[in-house]
Amino acid sequence: MKSLAELAKIREETLKKVDIRKERKGTRIVVGMATCGISAGARPILTALLEEVNKRNLGDVEVTQTGCIGICQLEPIIEVYKEGEGKVTYVDMNAEKARRVIAEHIVNGKIVSEFTIGAYEK
Amino acid sequence: MELYRSHVLICGGTGCESSGATNIEEKFKVELKKHDLEKEVKLVKTGCFGLCEAGPIVIVYPEGSFYTQIKVEDIEKIVEEHLLKGRIVKDLLYQESVEEDMIKSIDEVGFYKKQMRVALRNCGLINPEVIDEYIAMDGYKALGKVLTEMTPEQVIEVVKGSGLRGRGGGGFPTGLKWQFTYASKGDQKYVACNADEGDPGAFMDRSVLEGDPHAVIEAMAIAGYAVGADQGYVYVRAEYPIAVNRLQIAIDEAKEYGLLGKDIFGTGFNFDLEVRLGAGAFVCGEETALLKSIEGQRGMPKPRPPFPAVKGLWDKPTLLNNVETYANIPQIILNGAEWFAGIGTEKSKGTKVFALGGKINNTGLLEIPMGTTLREVIFEIGGGIPNGKKFKSVQTGGPSGGCLKEEHLDTPIDYDNLVALGSMMGSGGMIVMDEDNCMVDIARFFLDFTVDESCGKCTPCREGTKRMLEILDKITEGNGTLDDLDRLESLAETIKSASLCGLGQTAPNPVLSTLQLFRDEYEAHVNDKKCPAGACQSLLQYFITDGCKGCTLCVKVCPVNCISGEVKKLHEIDQVECIKCGACVDKCPFNAIIKK
Amino acid sequence: MAKNILTKENFDKLYEVMEANKGRKGALMPVLNEAQNIFGAVPLEVQKSISQALKIPVAEIYGVVTFYSQFSLEPKGDYVIGVCLGTACYVKGAQAIIDRISRDINVAIGTTSPDGKFTLEATRCIGACGLAPVLTVNEDVYGKLVEADVPDILKKY
Repeated sequence: MKSLAELAKIREETLKKVDIRKERKGTRIVVGMATCGISAGARPILTALLEEVNKRNLGDVEVTQTGCIGICQLEPIIEVYKEGEGKVTYVDMNAEKARRVIAEHIVNGKIVSEFTIGAYEK
Repeated sequence: MELYRSHVLICGGTGCESSGATNIEEKFKVELKKHDLEKEVKLVKTGCFGLCEAGPIVIVYPEGSFYTQIKVEDIEKIVEEHLLKGRIVKDLLYQESVEEDMIKSIDEVGFYKKQMRVALRNCGLINPEVIDEYIAMDGYKALGKVLTEMTPEQVIEVVKGSGLRGRGGGGFPTGLKWQFTYASKGDQKYVACNADEGDPGAFMDRSVLEGDPHAVIEAMAIAGYAVGADQGYVYVRAEYPIAVNRLQIAIDEAKEYGLLGKDIFGTGFNFDLEVRLGAGAFVCGEETALLKSIEGQRGMPKPRPPFPAVKGLWDKPTLLNNVETYANIPQIILNGAEWFAGIGTEKSKGTKVFALGGKINNTGLLEIPMGTTLREVIFEIGGGIPNGKKFKSVQTGGPSGGCLKEEHLDTPIDYDNLVALGSMMGSGGMIVMDEDNCMVDIARFFLDFTVDESCGKCTPCREGTKRMLEILDKITEGNGTLDDLDRLESLAETIKSASLCGLGQTAPNPVLSTLQLFRDEYEAHVNDKKCPAGACQSLLQYFITDGCKGCTLCVKVCPVNCISGEVKKLHEIDQVECIKCGACVDKCPFNAIIKK
Repeated sequence: MAKNILTKENFDKLYEVMEANKGRKGALMPVLNEAQNIFGAVPLEVQKSISQALKIPVAEIYGVVTFYSQFSLEPKGDYVIGVCLGTACYVKGAQAIIDRISRDINVAIGTTSPDGKFTLEATRCIGACGLAPVLTVNEDVYGKLVEADVPDILKKY
């Protein structure tokens, strides 16, 4: 890195990907994979998400790991940032639930309310 | 990319156009200009939202307020109320979005509402193993700014001005530490990071390293520039394999990008970073012990002065801060000292990360502005105590801290308030206890920990903590006397004043604070040979009540065959033989076995 | 315990590590960490060869090895059961769990079973406090435990 301009360029390009606003382009799914998440079983969920996305050939969907989302006892947690939608937090996940999120939410645009943090809180 | 505070989306679909969206856009322009909001609010004309019967539609982000059937005359109100004052105009909202208020994102639940994320701002958001994502969140911008626009003196002034204090527990002003290291003469200086997070129940630093390792790397490079060091070490617990791995990946990425190494940003500044693993010694969280350990020796503390800022690693001036302290630095540089100093209380600035655990509904990691009360943390963010149990105490500061009571809950959290109450901030572990936890047992638990972790160098700590533990064992087994309580207090005072390092000086705190606040529990153990919380096994007995149906399951599960009774008749436990394992309680289908 | 850990293969790995760390400041800790991984322990024979390569007296190395809890002089069992006794776990009843395991497999806390199968340890906080109480068996993590879960977990090994 020899200049600030280089840094700014990387920033511009990547910002589109990690944009958390509803105006973002494409879909980003993050899986909380700090020690808590992994202990609670986040790895098979990440694998299931990646499998589903590849199987369905969903081009503009990115699945990635992230650090601690904070609320440990609801792990494993995944969060969906979808074009035109607010962030959706799914809690207490497993691989099967994750597959349903891909089918219903990502593909058909219907949030799986029963898995969301709001449903869990009730 | 310009960043706007709010976005106003106006539907430009055919349906809305025909119901007057163009006039609405014009009116917004006029109103925004009137209130001088053009630079803060962006107007966007979008495609059809698909709800044409409710048009014209306007959506305001970041709230996502969905305004429907908007007329030109409504716009003045939206701009004045919502965009200027931040109050959503409820009666213009789409009706269903009011009714269907099912919470969908974590940001809306009680756990998040009172939080403010500075050190954790990227945790849970970016992929920690992709440097570009950190850069997208303004990463390494602070390093760029420091190297191209600021002198080391100016950097130190900003850190001092921010009022940031060490987040590892002691609360020493960070800027002063930087200044001392800067002022020390030496041909070689070092920057070190304490990531040997040893307090049981604390995992703040691990979460930062796992979720946002680049923030620490960037801050250490900034610190290196400020104090005049070209080499840094991060000392991490080996028990944190994921954190170690992600940190190493991050360092490698930063090197590849030239953000670590030689001639960073073409400014001639060199800085390199190395990870060193701890090997399981709590005392290595103490700064002089940590530096010894990096040097490859037994991690035993040495007397201060000389402080590490004068004589640290290999006797060279060394700056040592903890992970969370560093994680605040890039934000302070970018947003300015005043911004940071504007958060928190008079003497404790900024935010603090806590690991909330124990008997609490929402266990987890949270970051709050200093000055938030314990009650807000435990009952609003933490969601209170599970299973309808009663709150008894909250422990802060780990083995160096103390236990606080109900009456302390309205205290605003800051360094000085907690010390005044006989506890301390510590690194940020916060363990909540309910009526089932015995405070004598908790004090014993912490003493057991310090006895195990005392390095053995100085006598008061090595011998004194051991004697204290023996007395506590005696009390929890029902053999204590009132004299023992006095003996505990006098030992505690001696250990506090005569120990060499922080470990010994604070080791008696859990005992002293529980003795002061929960003396009645100690006395119950000593005088009545009872544990009021029902936690000390030796003082308990198991009984079978009339609820017994004589199913004989308990007889089968008892490992020492001390339960007798005929089928379908009340069973009995032989108190002499019983080892109080509780297996029968778990097995009994009628909940007929109790302990008291 | 007849497991021979002092194989030539292991020593070759160690020499490689020491070669890579030669001249590095404070090389002893990184080398010992690796040695513990390679051999599963750092017995005297291993300390001697480290002493020769790094030119550090054995006495000093022995002092360091015995100071840190991550280093052990004898190898551990095939399955290391670590019950977290951090504060959050303790408050939620970890002591009863570790006592139960100790009873069920007949191994005192901090020791290895005679057949070398299990080592039972009380570990320091592993930071999975949200799942408290927690235990680990090698890499596997079990959380939100009650005492009655113990037999089923042990059965798997």
